[in-house]
Amino acid sequence: MRYLHVDLEKCDGGRHCHRECELACAKMLYKTTDVAFSAIRLLPVNSHEGVLAINVCDQCGECVAICPVEALKTNKLGVVMLDKKACVACYMCVGFCPTLSMRTVPGLHEPVKCIVCGACVKVCPMGALQVAEKPAPEPLVPTAS
Amino acid sequence: MAEDYTKRTEYTHDAQKLKAAHVLLKEVTFTPSLPVLGYNNRTLHIDLTTLAVTEKPVTQQMKDIFIGGRGFGLWYLWQAITPATRWNDPENAIVISPGPLAGNTQYPGSGKSLVVTLSPQTGIPIDSNVGGYFGPLMKFSGFDAIEIRGKAAEDVIVVIDGQQGTIRIETAPDEPSDSHVAAEIFTAEYAANEADRRNVSVVSAGTAAEHSLIGCLNFSWYDVRRKVSRLKQAGRGGIGTVFRDKKIKALVCRGPQVRGDMNHPADPARITKVGVKLHKEIHDLDDQQCHMRTRGTAHLVEIMDAYDLLPVHNFQYGKHPDTDKIASPVWEARFTQGIPDGCWYGCSMACAKGADGHVVKTGPYKGHTVTVDGPEYETAAGCAANCGIFDPDWLLEANFYCDTYGVCTISFGTLTAFIMECYQRGILDQERTGGLELTWGNAEAQMELLHQMARGEGFGAIAGQGVHGMKRIFAERGWGDPQLMQDIGMEVKGLEYSQYMSKESLAQQGGYALANKGPQHDEAWLIFMDMVNKQIPTFEAKAEALFYFPLFRTWFGLNGLCKLPWNDIEPADNAQTAEPAKVPEHVYNYCELFSGITGREIQKEDIIKMSEKVYNFQRVFNIRMGKGLRQHDLPPYRSVGPVTREEYESRAEQYDRQMREEIGVNPEGLSIDEKIAITRRYREDRYQKLIDAVYKRRGWTTDGVPPVSKLQELGIDFPELVEVVRAHGG
Repeated sequence: MRYLHVDLEKCDGGRHCHRECELACAKMLYKTTDVAFSAIRLLPVNSHEGVLAINVCDQCGECVAICPVEALKTNKLGVVMLDKKACVACYMCVGFCPTLSMRTVPGLHEPVKCIVCGACVKVCPMGALQVAEKPAPEPLVPTAS
Repeated sequence: MAEDYTKRTEYTHDAQKLKAAHVLLKEVTFTPSLPVLGYNNRTLHIDLTTLAVTEKPVTQQMKDIFIGGRGFGLWYLWQAITPATRWNDPENAIVISPGPLAGNTQYPGSGKSLVVTLSPQTGIPIDSNVGGYFGPLMKFSGFDAIEIRGKAAEDVIVVIDGQQGTIRIETAPDEPSDSHVAAEIFTAEYAANEADRRNVSVVSAGTAAEHSLIGCLNFSWYDVRRKVSRLKQAGRGGIGTVFRDKKIKALVCRGPQVRGDMNHPADPARITKVGVKLHKEIHDLDDQQCHMRTRGTAHLVEIMDAYDLLPVHNFQYGKHPDTDKIASPVWEARFTQGIPDGCWYGCSMACAKGADGHVVKTGPYKGHTVTVDGPEYETAAGCAANCGIFDPDWLLEANFYCDTYGVCTISFGTLTAFIMECYQRGILDQERTGGLELTWGNAEAQMELLHQMARGEGFGAIAGQGVHGMKRIFAERGWGDPQLMQDIGMEVKGLEYSQYMSKESLAQQGGYALANKGPQHDEAWLIFMDMVNKQIPTFEAKAEALFYFPLFRTWFGLNGLCKLPWNDIEPADNAQTAEPAKVPEHVYNYCELFSGITGREIQKEDIIKMSEKVYNFQRVFNIRMGKGLRQHDLPPYRSVGPVTREEYESRAEQYDRQMREEIGVNPEGLSIDEKIAITRRYREDRYQKLIDAVYKRRGWTTDGVPPVSKLQELGIDFPELVEVVRAHGG
């Protein structure tokens, strides 16, 4: 399955870059320069060290099982995609995301999530991001036989 | 868990043929609307006698005083009926109103409808809080409430189509009225396609509602994964009986596709903030607290047993050695896991569990494979433990048939337990029951009783009169000692008790018997505060709890909310707060939710003030209908203390200790009958002192009447209310 691989050792948390990943993501997803709309965020985890953690969806799929209207589905590549029209904005996926990578944005109906488009990979000057593959987890939604 | 959770008997193949048999009796068009700040300011009024379909405005005064939901229902019902009205008179109304906060998709437990009617069981207003999609979909079609009066000449359905802007009254001669079939078929008939099914909700009852006083309503919601119409019940008080008496086979609402902002809230970000916070709390803590997501309310079965609170053998005992056979680990295994079982969008508590793959063992659906909604705690405690039936398969069978036949599992459980005790004590025998051997644990006899009730035949038809009716019928026939039946018949105001043992908690005795609608736990559940944690030791402290909690819980019903996300999940630091029983952080959430949706800023004190108006209004309504005074707030002794020798002996050490330490009598040398009598005098006197303290705290007279000054203080001193209380010393 496809996901965005993050190499935290290469990311310097925005000290020597201009957080290009966030901007590229917001532009790609919502055609805006407001990084609140970005699915990838550099989050402060240690005030002394500055920004250290890249927070982004790892496509674990737990939200797929949570969604009451099947607006979240895993596509053929293994990426969890959100059907904005079907979404009822309940934000259960936000509260239940194990990595806290689903986010709400004021004024936006649906939550924001990473679709592994690679826009951030192209702009990262540190080479900390790459589109990668890993084995798919067992589906959490029971399947009808 | 079923091997294939989507496998079940199909009922929809003839849906279009069945629909073709409908005759359109009336069609009107309306302009669909969405609420603004939680209200449409419109009520839909339907008279089934004249087929008149009209709109009524929701006034500012209604919103200020009655808020919505149960408040609107009581207000409309007051206008509709007179003190002489009986439940089956055409003027009786069924009012369904979801409340201003209902339909928001962000805060768990926000999809409730409140149903109010004049109860066939009690003769006073009943209110019932129910999930499913009907209320929110009706609201997003354009109406804050629907009021149905009159009686149809033949079986009809009412179809509100909020996508097309039509209201249709049609005959529906051929569809079954039993809910698990009716909900499926009507959903198929009125949804445009599979994707549209989740926009359709059906309200229905069933055949037992046609022949008993304990009929319930089922509100459907389409489960997109199971691909079935799931059911939630407006269970208490016989609303389904009124529904079928009006010859309504179903109400169908087809609403617009739901989005998260359809209430047009004043401040969406405020709602999102508290909603996501609670989702995360449930995600982090439910597995350590109540296991609602995996076991539903059935998680309570073994807890109640452990605290001697699980009703066994008609509330004689509080535990049983076989409880583990119906305890929640069994249900966790039976429920299909991993499905978002919320009865409205955004309910991450997801307690609406489903047991898939049940193969029906008896009755008209024998051999069918069905999804059973539940069992919930009340059903497990009532239909199983209280009747001495500790078998999960038979519990699913009883749960399934109560739902589809449209009867309340709580009332059915309590009345069957009463019958079984009457059988135990020789008040009933096989001749009197027409051959049914209704001994403790006889599940097949219990099911036959239910099937008879659905057919309106035999002893089942008598059972369908409820405990109140049976006491009268048995006494009239000279079967048994009326005083004993009064003591062991677990009903107040005509409504059967729900499934908790109040015997050792004075506060809960009041919580049940003082409840406006009759003894239902949704008004006050104080057993742990009182009996276990001993937080309210004095009469005054108990009275304060019986002031605050019934009012706090009333507020859920005014707004279209569920009680469960209030305290069936608690913040990690809740125990460290000043008043953990109130769950202060969640009270804050509710203030945010109400302010964020309606734009009317409230603080926690306002919750109590809002409820107090409606609560007192309902009390006056009860008085108006002849059942709202002190004499009507008295419990059967079974709920207060040990009626029989066996009961006394089962807790002899505890009762003897109470006699020594609290009553000041040495039990040594006394016969068991003497000890029962002394205990009874003490406990009945203690109960009277409790209601003195409660009435005082509530600002009522010693006869339980809200005085005119109280009505003035609350702003509900309408002339017709003043007239009622003045006539009773208020």
